[in-house]
Amino acid sequence: MDVYLPVAEVSLDIFVLLGLGAGVGFLSGVFGVGGGFLLTPLLILIGVPPAIAVASSANQLVGASVSGALAHWQRGNVDFKMGFTLLMGGLAGSVLGVWLFTLLAQLGQIELIISLCYVVLLGALGFMMAIESVLAILRRRRPGTVRRRLHRHTWMHGLPLKTRFRKSQLYISALLPVGLGFAVGVLSAVMGIGGGFIMVPAMIYTLGMPTAMVPGTSLLQIIFVAANVTILQAFHNHTVDAVLALLLLVGGVLGAQFGTRFGTRLRGEQLRFLLAILVLLVAAKLARDLTLRPADLFVIPADNRI
Amino acid sequence: MRPGRGFPAALFALALLSAAPSRAEIVAADLSSHSIAITTGFTGASVVLFGATDGLADVVAVVRGPDRDVTVWEKGKVAGIWANTDSVTFVGIPSFYAVAATRPLADALSPGAAALYKIGSDNLKFETKFPTDPERAKRFARALIDVRKRTGVFSSSHEKIAFLGDRLFRTTFFFPANIPTGSYLVEVFLVRDKDVVGGQTTPLVVSKVGVDAAVFNFAHSDALAYGAIAVMMAVMAGWIASLPFRNS
Repeated sequence: MDVYLPVAEVSLDIFVLLGLGAGVGFLSGVFGVGGGFLLTPLLILIGVPPAIAVASSANQLVGASVSGALAHWQRGNVDFKMGFTLLMGGLAGSVLGVWLFTLLAQLGQIELIISLCYVVLLGALGFMMAIESVLAILRRRRPGTVRRRLHRHTWMHGLPLKTRFRKSQLYISALLPVGLGFAVGVLSAVMGIGGGFIMVPAMIYTLGMPTAMVPGTSLLQIIFVAANVTILQAFHNHTVDAVLALLLLVGGVLGAQFGTRFGTRLRGEQLRFLLAILVLLVAAKLARDLTLRPADLFVIPADNRI
Repeated sequence: MRPGRGFPAALFALALLSAAPSRAEIVAADLSSHSIAITTGFTGASVVLFGATDGLADVVAVVRGPDRDVTVWEKGKVAGIWANTDSVTFVGIPSFYAVAATRPLADALSPGAAALYKIGSDNLKFETKFPTDPERAKRFARALIDVRKRTGVFSSSHEKIAFLGDRLFRTTFFFPANIPTGSYLVEVFLVRDKDVVGGQTTPLVVSKVGVDAAVFNFAHSDALAYGAIAVMMAVMAGWIASLPFRNS
């Protein structure tokens, strides 16, 4: 059954959209990642104009991260001070990101930049996940632990504006979370992702936050960054399709609940390897589309509402 | 409503009519419907144009959508990747264009008359927004026509106008699912000896209706409020979704 998406101005099968939301939600439940980095390119592949896919994914992300953040909040796993500090950077970054987006759209390059960003990001991510999961599988076969140093002092600890984050038991420069939030905020606006897969490792390894605090705090700030991106995209570019976002959200929320349950019962490494392959396949498809000679060398972007 | 480019031509045709009252060359035509409603399940629409002439003659009909500025991009290979490398912006190009005639255009009309009344997509005026090399402008204009013919908003071959007897004629225009909204103009030209001797224009309105139209208009007219509501809806949905799993 086709449903007409009023802002995207395309008709798509409602079950494909619900299924896509559910599938990405399921994966995000299993792996604890937001899934935006898969959702946006998959939407592009099924025929949603890239600019609409990016902005509507941001809208969907608001709902998905509210639901996730609430769950973590109930368990007391949210560092509000850290979340707020990340957010200050994130809001500034998303304002710059949407401005960049509008500029690139006017220059006729936004489609290319979105695709390029995804090829680079998914390629790197898939590659790292594949290596990591293979190493984990090998490690399981050959037991033995490697001791790592608990705390290393680097140049980052010499930065000014040292702040105490009580809940995370950290005393670090506020510039670090602000800078991290800023970088992820820009990516969020241009690519329609929450950036959890960059944010989470950076919070654990660079900021040194306790692992339990990370997902809830990351989700908290993603809510506001994604909300900011949604409003700015709607205002400047008219690219937010609320109907699309809501359909994805319905599928995504259900999928995430099943995913969370499933995830506890499955072997992580093999699944991560499969996800890595999926991510690499999406990257390869997008890369192929960029390098293949297009059927038509002339395009009229306005006719496709981009 | 933006004045269509067809207006001067239509006025000119009317002026011709009144200038030669003794010959009283008249064509009368109407559409089966003066509006096309784009609904959720819209897959395109057909509109019948019918009318009568005052005797043996050729009839040519032109449908044009509202004029818009159009930017055409050319793709080139940059470091192994196909990117938009060059562009030309044209001013006031009809967003939809279709022609119907009783005979092939070249047989029915003299090139001069076709150019004067802008009949046939090759006779549209392609004015660039910024001054540019005429050869380049021509290349991009040809590309614009090609792209639009492929997407169906410029008719690739003209429809046939059929005569029923000597005076009554009819033809069917097809409007694809991707037609732009706005005020269209249907011009009917009476042609004798390869020259336009009479004419008439009829309006046609293409608009979105229903919930989709309301959402689209809201997203464009009050973008900030639309964005805020989209965010609130997502927050509500996320909150509701977390309720059943509260104490698990």
